[in-house]
Amino acid sequence: MTHTLSAKHTDAPPATRRRLTVSPRARSIVEKLVGAGIVLWGAATAAFLAQVALPGDRATTILNVRSGQTQLRTPEELAPINAEYGLQDPVLVQYLDYLGGLLRGDLGISYQQHRPVWGIISEQVGATLALTAVTLVLAWVIMVFWVTLTAGRGPRIRAFGSGVDTVTAGLPPYWLGILLLLVFALGLGWFPVIGGTGVNGIVLPALTLAIPLAGFMGQATRTEFERSLDAPFVLTARMRGMGDVGIRLRHVLRHAVLPAVTLSGWAIGATISGAVIVESLFTRPGIGSVLITAVDSQDLPVVTGVVVLVAATYVVANLLVDLAYTLIDPRMKNS
Amino acid sequence: MTILDLNAKHIADLSAKRPVRLSVENLNVGFERNGSLRPVVKNVSFDLEAGQCVAIVGESGSGKSVTARTLVGLTGANAVVDAGSIRLGDDDLTALSSKRWRSIRGRRIGFILQDALVSLDPLRPVGKEIEEALALHGWGNRASRKRKVLDLLASVGVPSPRNRARQRPDELSGGLRQRALIASALALDPEIVIADEPTTALDVTVQAQVLLLLEEMKQRGVSIILISHDLSVVAHLADQILVMSGGEVVEQGTAHQILTDPQHPYTRSLINAVPSRKTRGSRLAPAPAAAPVHTAAHANDEHASFDGPVLEASGLVKHFTAPDGSRTTAVDDVSFTLGRGETLGIVGESGSGKSTTARIALALEEADAGTVRLLGQDWSAVPETRRRRLRKQISVVYQDPLSSFDPRWNTERILLDSLPAGAFTTAASKRERVLALLAQVGLPDTVLHRFPLQLSGGQRQRVAIARALAPSPSIVVLDEAVSALDVSIQAQILDLLVDLQKQFGLSYLFISHDLGVISHLSDRVLVMKDGAVVESGTADQVFTAPAHPYTQELLGALPSLDEHRAVSLWPGAASVHSATEGSTP
Repeated sequence: MTHTLSAKHTDAPPATRRRLTVSPRARSIVEKLVGAGIVLWGAATAAFLAQVALPGDRATTILNVRSGQTQLRTPEELAPINAEYGLQDPVLVQYLDYLGGLLRGDLGISYQQHRPVWGIISEQVGATLALTAVTLVLAWVIMVFWVTLTAGRGPRIRAFGSGVDTVTAGLPPYWLGILLLLVFALGLGWFPVIGGTGVNGIVLPALTLAIPLAGFMGQATRTEFERSLDAPFVLTARMRGMGDVGIRLRHVLRHAVLPAVTLSGWAIGATISGAVIVESLFTRPGIGSVLITAVDSQDLPVVTGVVVLVAATYVVANLLVDLAYTLIDPRMKNS
Repeated sequence: MTILDLNAKHIADLSAKRPVRLSVENLNVGFERNGSLRPVVKNVSFDLEAGQCVAIVGESGSGKSVTARTLVGLTGANAVVDAGSIRLGDDDLTALSSKRWRSIRGRRIGFILQDALVSLDPLRPVGKEIEEALALHGWGNRASRKRKVLDLLASVGVPSPRNRARQRPDELSGGLRQRALIASALALDPEIVIADEPTTALDVTVQAQVLLLLEEMKQRGVSIILISHDLSVVAHLADQILVMSGGEVVEQGTAHQILTDPQHPYTRSLINAVPSRKTRGSRLAPAPAAAPVHTAAHANDEHASFDGPVLEASGLVKHFTAPDGSRTTAVDDVSFTLGRGETLGIVGESGSGKSTTARIALALEEADAGTVRLLGQDWSAVPETRRRRLRKQISVVYQDPLSSFDPRWNTERILLDSLPAGAFTTAASKRERVLALLAQVGLPDTVLHRFPLQLSGGQRQRVAIARALAPSPSIVVLDEAVSALDVSIQAQILDLLVDLQKQFGLSYLFISHDLGVISHLSDRVLVMKDGAVVESGTADQVFTAPAHPYTQELLGALPSLDEHRAVSLWPGAASVHSATEGSTP
């Protein structure tokens, strides 16, 4: 291991030459952006195909959604709708119109509310993004605190620490949410029962999502933390007189969080989808409630908009993760 | 005044000149597990004077590292330390609070571990690590610490310290990062430095530089405790040597006594175990309990009917393209032949292209130019489907068998899997072959049901050799096959390789960075540097009359059992501070 590594790094290149003038850094950024574009295009296409593939005449559906009735419509009634949404065009034309709209930031017109989807989403997205951000921060704080406190501390504490990780990772959010509501809102009265967008109102919903996430990330971090505690560089640090707390915080933690950073990319996306349950439980505004209403009423452009938005969040989150990763482990820059 | 008084006064005078810095008396260490105590260090006593070096020598598990770690209070969990006394100057180290220990570690006793690639935090610049040692003990302020870091790096011979301090261990060459590790241990000018295998896994020239650096520290008055499995490494630095085996000090005395007149058989075996040109043809380890087993199972018709070089490589070239688009020539026009029953040694430092050459010879890597012929037949130039028939003629043993074994397979399954397909049809004949292979490599049947992690390093390497022998090959490629072993175990494996070669007429392609091993085993030698062969010839030519300066440098850097060598370790290297090494880009 050490030999192959040192061999790789002392391979001082006596005969190196550059074939391309593009710097490796720039090339990897371009590659990542192209990859991100392909993911977004795939998500948008899947959402579009789902709309087209739904049974029934779409113009009829739109009229029924708007009026809240279920009945057959005459061609005269359908004509303006077909014209408005371009439903008589060939599917390929509709698809290209749709993609063109996406590129301009136009997500289409809601069937039900008869106004741009972008407007509906942008009113609500702030609350969800705030919830996601607070969730992620809380999950990290809980996870880092718990792992640093319990990892590699002798068999009993270790078993207890990782047991708590496993149990919390498996908690269903709606159950946890109800429990938190009962104890901290209804019982102790520390937090409002109905969420709202205030600072106080975000704590319980965020905890509902953060606790299972902290347990999940904690499992990965703990393994790496204990591996690093045994590493020779930790012994070297002890040999120069460093105490246990310093070693855990200044050396080991940085190595141990790498897997959790990777998971965070997934977690940001998952939290936005997870927001559906929590937002309805705590009656918070947000994308979750938009999505539920839209699915209930078959308001497909809105559903599509949310899907594309979630995909975009995933892509952005993973780009951020890559960035964070190279900051924490600068060795990644070269590979 | 009586003679006794005079003696006492004389001794007092001596100790006044050279004060005892560290005094260890009857140190016992054990590890407690499930209520029972397993002793690992028994009754170790020694005195370390100012500017002196005490070496503790022994193989893995002898208790030498545990002894060293106990001296800084880091024996480990579940350890029970019982000492008559351990005195550092005027302080008693046997009953210290953990806070007092922390003030001693780094400040009064520095510690150097092996392999700075993993012994320095791989995510941080080396300068930060050195600065941390200063900051922990409240040395200076931020700005003065930064300056001190640069001074320290310069003092251990790191060129352009300002740039190097900002680099991580993986960005520095092996020698530079080991120097940085030493600088971090020297940061607070400790009275004592403990070096635990400080040169293991380093190339010989780098090893020589590190030893020279320790020598300089010693001359500046630092006391050194040097831990090694290799007597030749400690020979010229140590004033006093403790030889440990099984937790006990089997022999203790001045370096001169131990090296020139060893009393204990174990010490003698350690001295004999060091391979060199002079040991060629003689055994390195005490004779094994069982005589080599002669079996007729090494059936190899193809080999028997073939006359001529078993392996011929001509004009091999291999380039690698790094992720950033730069190209490296790993192998540059390498040619060689390997005769039947012959050993060809390829020697070079890390990055010289020797392992890539071996991989091309094994047809695991495709060369960009050049050809390899195996037993006179096309080997490198034909598709793998046509090679398959010949595959059993060439096999390989690597440095670290642990990573080339499936950890969930026991020895029996590893060996059964290595038998050539179709050669053994019944379960009984397979089992018979496996037992014969075990006997050939000198392992008892009891290892059959053990897993790789349950075997010792030497046993694992024997299993790897048995696996390589399983298809009855003509050629065995040994790629650093003994480099990770302690000298005493290495001696046994080298003896085994010589026996097997005689018995089966094997040809060895022996790759190593260790000239001692190469010169002990090889008939002919290739010296490689930066992908090219700089010198080749018979072992005698190359080692007695080296023509190329690089070969001369390698030979000069080779540690030997001659004690108290002149400070200049190789010709032409006036100073270790010369900026011959840079960092990799």
